[in-house]
Amino acid sequence: MNEVLSAGYVLEYTYTRSVGKVIGNFLAGLREGRITGVRTSSGRVIVPPTEYDPDTGETCGEFVDVGSSGVVKTWAWVNEVRPRCPLKHPFAWALIQLDGADTALLHAVDAGSIERMRTGMRVRVRWAVERSGRIEDIACFEPEGA
Amino acid sequence: MSEPVQVVPMHVRLEYTVTAGRTYSKYLHALAHKRIIGGRCPRCTKVYVPPRGSCPTCGVPTGDEVELQHTATVTTFCIVNIPFGAMPFPPPYVVGALLLDGADLPILHLVRGIPVDQVRMGLRVRAVWVPDAELAPTVESIRWFEPNGEPDADYKTYEAHL
Repeated sequence: MNEVLSAGYVLEYTYTRSVGKVIGNFLAGLREGRITGVRTSSGRVIVPPTEYDPDTGETCGEFVDVGSSGVVKTWAWVNEVRPRCPLKHPFAWALIQLDGADTALLHAVDAGSIERMRTGMRVRVRWAVERSGRIEDIACFEPEGA
Repeated sequence: MSEPVQVVPMHVRLEYTVTAGRTYSKYLHALAHKRIIGGRCPRCTKVYVPPRGSCPTCGVPTGDEVELQHTATVTTFCIVNIPFGAMPFPPPYVVGALLLDGADLPILHLVRGIPVDQVRMGLRVRAVWVPDAELAPTVESIRWFEPNGEPDADYKTYEAHL
């Protein structure tokens, strides 16, 4: 009778987000196995693409495909994997500058162990088996030569 | 280049374990026995339902347990017209602030058994409980409130409890 009660409680919002033309192009590229950025007036390539140049505020120009491999600029190891993480075992969140890009993309690196992670390491994309135009179309990145 | 993607599912989901604490647990256990209890502040004499353990105005423990009637007055209400995931019924339905007889603060619960456009401030209602076999330590032991046939309460009787 005096037992303290507890219960599960889920707070949930099932949003559908309009992505706009620029991210819409990026996601359509992922569906086809391409990673697309955008070129600014100063010639920099931003991946993922933005509508406006973060330096000048000018509208960005043409879409350009970049490489599917790149360099880890910085990273954080995840020991305790949460249910909705992209991988089911420990991995790294990393900022990855793809070949041909001037900015870095945040994604997971499946390195197996923290000892294999280092800033400056080369990684390549691992595509999801089924792709539908979402960031999850990139399953993760993995060390090159692995 | 293929057609740009228009929309993506952006599912936000937070999973909590909520612990009710001693006082609120006692309130919930009482509901499983078809009882509604509140807590009275020994200083300002206000009766809080659900009981809070302490009076937020006076800052003293609300030790006195009070058993409340199952009848209430609708102080304010809202007609829900927009469907959403966790809705209890298809809209339209009414959620009311219900001042139980003997309480100083209203509880929120469903008002049914009356067309939604006839719900009004001052409407007198009574709790409709689930069958005894379904009673449990949850607010859902009360299915909803429905009109009890009494004349509307005078505004002066609840104006201090809005």
